[in-house]
Amino acid sequence: MSDVSQDKAVAHWAKTKNLMWITLAVWAVFSFLIHFFVDALNSIVIFGFPLGWYMAAQGSLIVFVVLIFWFSSTQNDIDAEFGFDED
Amino acid sequence: MKTSFLDNLGKVYGIYTGGFLGFVIILAILEQMGLPDKMIGYAFVFMTIAVYATIGFISRTAQVSEYYVAGRVVPGFYNGMATGADWMSAASFIAMAGGIYAAGYNYLAFVVGWTGGYVLVAVLIAPYLRKFGAYTVPDFLGARYGGNFARFIGIVILFSCSFTYILGQIKGTGEIASRFLDIPFEVAVFVGLAGILVCSMLGGMRAVTWTQVAQYIVLITAYFVPVVILSAQKTGIPIPQLMYGQVLQDIANLEQTKPALAGVKPFMATPKDATEAFNFFALVFCLMIGTASLPHVLMRFFTTPSVKEARKSVGWALLFIFMLYFTAPAYAAFAKLEVYQNVLGSSLATVEAVQAMLDTNSWIVSFGNLGRISICGFTGNKSADVLMTAQAIFAACQAGGITELVHTAFTIQTDVIVIATPEIAGLPYVVAGLVAAGGLAAALSTADGLLLAIANALSHDVYYRMIDPEASTHRRLVVSRILLVVVAVMGATMIAFFELGNILALVSYAFSLAAGGLFPALVMGVWWTRTSKQGAIAGMIAGFGVTLFYILWTHKLGFAQPELWGVKNISAGIFGIPVAFIATYVVSMMTPAPSAEMQAFVRELRIPSGKNMMEEKV
Repeated sequence: MSDVSQDKAVAHWAKTKNLMWITLAVWAVFSFLIHFFVDALNSIVIFGFPLGWYMAAQGSLIVFVVLIFWFSSTQNDIDAEFGFDED
Repeated sequence: MKTSFLDNLGKVYGIYTGGFLGFVIILAILEQMGLPDKMIGYAFVFMTIAVYATIGFISRTAQVSEYYVAGRVVPGFYNGMATGADWMSAASFIAMAGGIYAAGYNYLAFVVGWTGGYVLVAVLIAPYLRKFGAYTVPDFLGARYGGNFARFIGIVILFSCSFTYILGQIKGTGEIASRFLDIPFEVAVFVGLAGILVCSMLGGMRAVTWTQVAQYIVLITAYFVPVVILSAQKTGIPIPQLMYGQVLQDIANLEQTKPALAGVKPFMATPKDATEAFNFFALVFCLMIGTASLPHVLMRFFTTPSVKEARKSVGWALLFIFMLYFTAPAYAAFAKLEVYQNVLGSSLATVEAVQAMLDTNSWIVSFGNLGRISICGFTGNKSADVLMTAQAIFAACQAGGITELVHTAFTIQTDVIVIATPEIAGLPYVVAGLVAAGGLAAALSTADGLLLAIANALSHDVYYRMIDPEASTHRRLVVSRILLVVVAVMGATMIAFFELGNILALVSYAFSLAAGGLFPALVMGVWWTRTSKQGAIAGMIAGFGVTLFYILWTHKLGFAQPELWGVKNISAGIFGIPVAFIATYVVSMMTPAPSAEMQAFVRELRIPSGKNMMEEKV
């Protein structure tokens, strides 16, 4: 690899790593942190659902699905920015 | 012909779905005209297996890359559907709703744990394994950690976790076939086995992919129909996932006010102390890390056309899995309310009163006769002519001095919840048959994925990479197919002739074993260039070893020692995973850095464009 493309690869990986940490932070919040507060959340009731129950039964799952699609399109943008996107 | 199939996937599976619904409707009409229940059961089991077999036969192949990775042409959306079927086993389909029914909030650890892991798959692992172009997970380990020793450790871990897992699936297919075909379990296991092999033997991954898509459609339809109708009946709106909020409120109110429920543990009760809370989070953690390490899941993402498509495909996969997982708590809640409202609190003072209770809840008789429900400790056993009659129940309750059905006198096995819902909703038998077809599809599709993961590791990694690298394509495929049959027959024989007991518990150990053994080596291999061969090998052995040791240490068939700090052994990975990371790090730092070539290999792995790195000789 030439120096220019080497620099490009380093910058690409820095951005990729950054996105990884952001995505995993959101993942950790909805996998663990939010369920610590289940009793407090349960005092809020929406459509009959206590919020603490709802987050474990549906809410976190919806966040995971959206998070993966968001991650995947953001990563595509990073790849395109450095010309590493596939044709 | 191949391209035209890929161009018309939407049309093909659209027609297939329409055909399946038409088949269900025709059976419903025939039932009204007097077709016996037994024939409906036969029709569902044999017709669906025949369709899967046909897809398996059409997809037969003589090409290595078709056999191992479906030619890498599977669009992300369809790969997502196939992953959904691959992932959701008989346990997800049948046992999950029942588990929530029995354990309430604490069981939601499985719902969160079995979904969130896909974020890790998408971010940390799948795109990079896809770029490498692996056929199997040990393939990657062998390339990254220079040699057959790392590959071999990977195979040992893969085999341990996937084989325990597949035993549960073969058992599941056997149980369903046995119930709906009314044949002995030992015979039914081999009917299930035939169903598994016809999908995978001729076409490998290619055939399994297109059958799994078909199986997903059957299983999700079967899961939705009963509970959607039940929701429409009870609430007027056919969206159970939204409507069970009100049901949760009704359950909570009854728990407070109904005398028959005095002292019952509330459905929505959260962990009562620090140990229970710790076990909740430890289980979530182990299931998620395990998801991202199980080879039969990871290898599904080797089949997409590009790295980009692999990432997106993980999103589709989780969406399709979510469809079932967010419905399971609704099943549990509707069944719970039904039992609290209409069953508990019934008078048992006279035979007539018991009879009246059985008349309004006919499902108690059906499943009581199968030994799945007991009242005052009495349960039926149809094959021994012990029936769930009002007299028998009355006598048992009299002996126990029970005149009103309180919650402690009524027990129900967890696998009944999903299967009984059609009858609770008063639906015709055809819906029960549909649910059986769904459970069968779930068990078959997972068994096929696991079987392929095991047989491919043996044929590709052990035979081709380690024993005979000069083997011809033809020979490799012959060996693959023979190993596939050998592994499947081995599993079925173990299930049919040995009492292996608590297999579903063994299945949850698979997650911890995979997590402790494989996760650090896979993740650090991509994300930390400095990870050395020795470090990774030390990490795999230490992580797998510690996890296995904790399971054996606490298991009643092992050393039967008390749990450390109250940690349940289904979360054994909570010890193994950190140990594996630390061992990998420390040993890597103590050993020489990977060669310049290996560092370039890792840099190349991180760039999505360009061709697969693993070259396959044609």
